[in-house]
Amino acid sequence: MATFIQTLVTGLQMGSIYALIALGYTMVYGVVRLINFAHGDLIMAGGYTLLFVMPMILQVGMPPWIGIFFAMVVAVVIGAITEIFAYRPARKRGGTMASLIMAVSVSMVLQNLAQYLLRVTRTLYGATVKEIFPVGVIIIRTGGQQVSVRWATIITLLVSGVVALLLQILVNKTHAGRAMRAVAEDRDAAMLMGISPDRIVMLAMCLGSALAGIAAGLWFSIYPGTTPMVGANMGLFAFVSAVVGGIGSIPGAMVGGLVIGQIYSFSVSYVSSRLSDTMVFLMLICILLVKPKGLLGVNMREKV
Amino acid sequence: MTIKRGFCLVLILLACPGILGIEMPWYQGRIVPIIWQCCYLTLASTSLNMIVGHMGQLSLGHSGFMAIGAYTAALFSLWVWRTGVFLNKDQLVYVFVVFLSLIMAGALAGSVGLLIGIPALRLKGDYLAIITLGFGMIIVNLINNIPFAGMEGLSLGSASSSLYRTGLGFTNYHLYKRLWIPLLVTGGCIWLMERCIGSALGRNIRAIGDDQIGAEASGVDVSKNKILLFGFSSAMAGVAGGLYACFMSSLSTSTFAFSSGSIMSSTFLVAMCVMGGLGSMKGIIMATCSMCVLNYLIGQLGLNSMPGVMGIVFSYPMLVYGVALMAMVLWIPRRKKWGK
Repeated sequence: MATFIQTLVTGLQMGSIYALIALGYTMVYGVVRLINFAHGDLIMAGGYTLLFVMPMILQVGMPPWIGIFFAMVVAVVIGAITEIFAYRPARKRGGTMASLIMAVSVSMVLQNLAQYLLRVTRTLYGATVKEIFPVGVIIIRTGGQQVSVRWATIITLLVSGVVALLLQILVNKTHAGRAMRAVAEDRDAAMLMGISPDRIVMLAMCLGSALAGIAAGLWFSIYPGTTPMVGANMGLFAFVSAVVGGIGSIPGAMVGGLVIGQIYSFSVSYVSSRLSDTMVFLMLICILLVKPKGLLGVNMREKV
Repeated sequence: MTIKRGFCLVLILLACPGILGIEMPWYQGRIVPIIWQCCYLTLASTSLNMIVGHMGQLSLGHSGFMAIGAYTAALFSLWVWRTGVFLNKDQLVYVFVVFLSLIMAGALAGSVGLLIGIPALRLKGDYLAIITLGFGMIIVNLINNIPFAGMEGLSLGSASSSLYRTGLGFTNYHLYKRLWIPLLVTGGCIWLMERCIGSALGRNIRAIGDDQIGAEASGVDVSKNKILLFGFSSAMAGVAGGLYACFMSSLSTSTFAFSSGSIMSSTFLVAMCVMGGLGSMKGIIMATCSMCVLNYLIGQLGLNSMPGVMGIVFSYPMLVYGVALMAMVLWIPRRKKWGK
């Protein structure tokens, strides 16, 4: 029973982080139909930022969670730069396919740039990153055994829930959100209504990058080790979450993230950690075959 | 002289020195590895072109089929060696074994492709891309878990040396002497693919690529044609994987992983197709060869010490390659718009 609860809690925690990253994928995909493969690398950038900023913050005596804002700023700046100098020209030049390849090459450049700038080949650890959130644990007793739940886990769940709620309000209730939905639905008609698609794409990109920065803070406060490749795998899993939930939908990304988190966590503890990738992708395939547009996606009938 | 004849002539000319056994150290050391690499990458990208270019659908799991081909060919050749069919690699029997392993590689990759195609091809567009990505990851992950192939089973330790010395792996001398094998196989497979695109299957596929609903309304069996083409394309990718196993003489699944950043990963194959112009065989052959040579040159520049900052930059060849790729994306010829 204790193993089961522990697995469940780990799954929830990973899942809510995947959900935050998946929101970034979903928003960009919703607006420009681009699978932004470089999104995962923003988390890597956020992670390195935290690694270098946290000791300074603690020295100056600022509250430790300020570090997350630094991670967000770095992620947003990188996201904006890639949008201006890479994705926008590619979109103008060659359409979807060119953007996809651009995304892959941007991801490659970011990973290798991190290697080049930091001259790192192995994992960098920063003990101070753990201090973003209170370190203590809550102990749950079930039938003689006990399960320890870290405060960081509970804060992770709360933060991702609140962020998703805010995002949902932003997309559904505000002017900018309406413009975003308009561009997603019909780009040309939105332009006729005086909405600049480029600006909306930029907004989606920046929001997504900021979420990646938050996700970096949540992730590295629990697992404080960073490599230049750390974002690639996380990005892939988050992307799978977005698809499982129904890409383009915000509640879908949350649901997908939680589902993928649980599958990953349960297959690691009950099947085999070496087969966890297979289990996750198998789940993706099963869900896509049963519900081709994801769990919460809307099936659109094709018009001729 | 037509382009096709010129192409054949070039292939024969490249193979000649090796067959005749002329000593050419520079050609042997520098050019022959690039030719091998160009061969298997060309085969892989042209086979992907049938899906991306002609069928108009994106597949991101293509190097998974290369992985199946590579491991099948390697394990089959090791098995044949253990049964004692050939003793050393100069025997004529060995050449037959190589061809047999390549055929096995193609057959197994093709049948896996057919099996995957039946469920996967019900989806279209980005969703097909994602589901093929998923299958590619599963293939690589499963090969990792096979005890006798394993994550590093054929790259480190005893299994590696057995692949190198006794199985499919070619030594430098054999890479040069048997250069006609990849050239012949690649040329033959490209001819097969051209025939396939010109056949009834190819015509149906191009109709589906242009307008799926229109094709269906005109009486084309959409799913059957799609699945057959997907299987054929996977088989060709499997043969490419087999050639890769011959060339590398050691295998590791990380080469075939989706986010490995090596030139073999599925996204680079897609990049080669797009660079060459979707649906154009000539363009893709040229694009693949030039990207391959570029990759090799950047690697070489990294090995030679260069002064100052450039030296440090070039010691991360993938960084330079990534920037080059970004620049190239902005020069993509606009041939056919993907995804309607």
